[in-house]
Amino acid sequence: MNFNLNEEQKMIRDMVRHFAENEIKPVADQLDRSGEFPTEIMKKLSELGVLGIPIPEEYGGIGSSFLSYIVAIEELSRACASTGVIVETHTSLGSEPILDFGTEEQKRKYLPRLASGQIIGSFGLTESNAGSDAAGMQTFAVIDGDDYVINGSKIFISNAGIADLTILFAKTDKEKGVKGISAFIVEKNTLGYIVGPPEDKLGIRASQTCALTFEDMRIPRENLLGKVNEGFKIAMHTLDGGRIAIAAQALGIAQAAFEAASEYSKQRVQFGQPIGKLQGIQWHIADMATEIQAARLLTYQAAWLKDQGLRYTKEAAMAKLFASEAASRFTSRAIQVHGGYGFMMEYPVQRHYRDAKITEIYEGTSEIQRMVIANNVLFR
Amino acid sequence: MNIIVLLKQTFDTEAKIQLDSNNNVITDNIQYIINPYDEFALEEAIRIKEKLGDVIITVVSMGPRKVEEALRQALAMGADKSILLNDEVLFGGDEHTAAVALSQTIKQIPYDLIIGGQVAIDDGSGQVAIRVAEILDIPQVNLVTKLDVENNKLAAHRQVEVGTEVIEVFLPAMITAQKGLNEPRYPALKGIMQAKKKELKILGLADLGLTENQVGSNGANLKVISTFLPAPRNAGRILSGEISENVQELVRLLREEAKII
Repeated sequence: MNFNLNEEQKMIRDMVRHFAENEIKPVADQLDRSGEFPTEIMKKLSELGVLGIPIPEEYGGIGSSFLSYIVAIEELSRACASTGVIVETHTSLGSEPILDFGTEEQKRKYLPRLASGQIIGSFGLTESNAGSDAAGMQTFAVIDGDDYVINGSKIFISNAGIADLTILFAKTDKEKGVKGISAFIVEKNTLGYIVGPPEDKLGIRASQTCALTFEDMRIPRENLLGKVNEGFKIAMHTLDGGRIAIAAQALGIAQAAFEAASEYSKQRVQFGQPIGKLQGIQWHIADMATEIQAARLLTYQAAWLKDQGLRYTKEAAMAKLFASEAASRFTSRAIQVHGGYGFMMEYPVQRHYRDAKITEIYEGTSEIQRMVIANNVLFR
Repeated sequence: MNIIVLLKQTFDTEAKIQLDSNNNVITDNIQYIINPYDEFALEEAIRIKEKLGDVIITVVSMGPRKVEEALRQALAMGADKSILLNDEVLFGGDEHTAAVALSQTIKQIPYDLIIGGQVAIDDGSGQVAIRVAEILDIPQVNLVTKLDVENNKLAAHRQVEVGTEVIEVFLPAMITAQKGLNEPRYPALKGIMQAKKKELKILGLADLGLTENQVGSNGANLKVISTFLPAPRNAGRILSGEISENVQELVRLLREEAKII
């Protein structure tokens, strides 16, 4: 067994950490308050190659391991969870499906621009009546000559506000459930593609989450991704990878909260000593340190399995479930360690607390993760 | 054009220095970085390469194998080649022996410009690059804050008490980088991937054509007698009472206790 990152992964981690600490962390509270998209930061991350880490060199990416990408998401999220999920959505949900299911032509057309950050990707699956249950999808795609004509709407689409490209899921066979769904590559300047205003959210406020509406939107037939009626498989495969990255995001948030709580417990004096000397606080710190380490091992192991080309569905679900729930629990605990100060907007722990919650919900709720894990444990 | 960058790996500026029972610095759990002034030197070399095009940057360092990390980072930032002097007999010396070993290395490769940092932040030494230039007998400009390089000469700006001094010298020459020269870049991921394929040559005493007596502790003119941490600072004292008495007492304390007036 080997628990070390290799030299390349360490260099990538150190660079992203250094960048995140110097360029992102100082503005994270401001981004959270304003809900503004971090345009400048994304431009710099593009220049550094952070938007194409697991995409092979031949398609304009960096060609590093999936684990390198996971470590980068962790470090970005440690400074700013919004930036973490913007990069995650772009890479795991907007780019990887094209890499895994696209034709050679689609890969050559889109991946170099995605990997260089010239265009930003998103993923349109969720609908108002189709969240965890994709079978209820009401967006339909109908063939008309050389085009598909798409009608319907999506909600809660991360990156939708700024994305240039969306991997869109629509029903191509009304009679069938999940087996009637297909995936499409849609560019934002398509006629009939309408982006709603950014949602006002509890956390990850600088990530532009919007509704998408399609009114007689025509896209060429060659923009079908994968085979007709195999969209659900593409969505599930994509989310398997995305879940590892959301686990990494949760891990970054938890790590930031843990560091804030540790630092505070050394500074804050009550009863004549730093509160970190009190057993009540020490137990919080010890629990956090232990479970964050466990979450990190689960997350890195799932990424490692993916890099080895082995099955990782169950491990990805476990990593996401454990890391996201740990993040929620410990960001709350970090506020507890801060006492009244932690409740004040002035201290960043409240931001971590608000940012953590969504990791238990998107890319499969904790309940769905438990379902995936149980199905894999019991019936495989 | 061939540029050589002298680089030292140092403790992170935020590292907490602790001594063991023999008064040696405890190096476990310490983060290492490229000496920040050497990073300015490297960045400047990369900028010259970007401007002039036909430039080969070789980074030269001396130290344990751990220094390879710093060299890989330099290669990731944009240097072309690197050399690490790694040999126990080369270690434990002083600025003189370091300069002897480094200049002997540099003599073996073509160079037009040598850039180093003005000081190493760990031991505060600011002599090595200067000594290298002296041994190689080339002109040098120190504490440079702006640099313009042309084909066979350079103009270096340095801050002096009354303003800025601009010194022009012909190449080959050596300059040392001062804060303000530039803002070092982050190593881009493409660079990190390429760094693995770039040359990192490891040399020992035998490759330098020097004898054991000329290097390391054998050749050193200086010897470290002891190492200790600065005494922890005491809390300030507040004088209370009449102002006139306070002033008298303050003057007495500054003269007799602090001994600074």
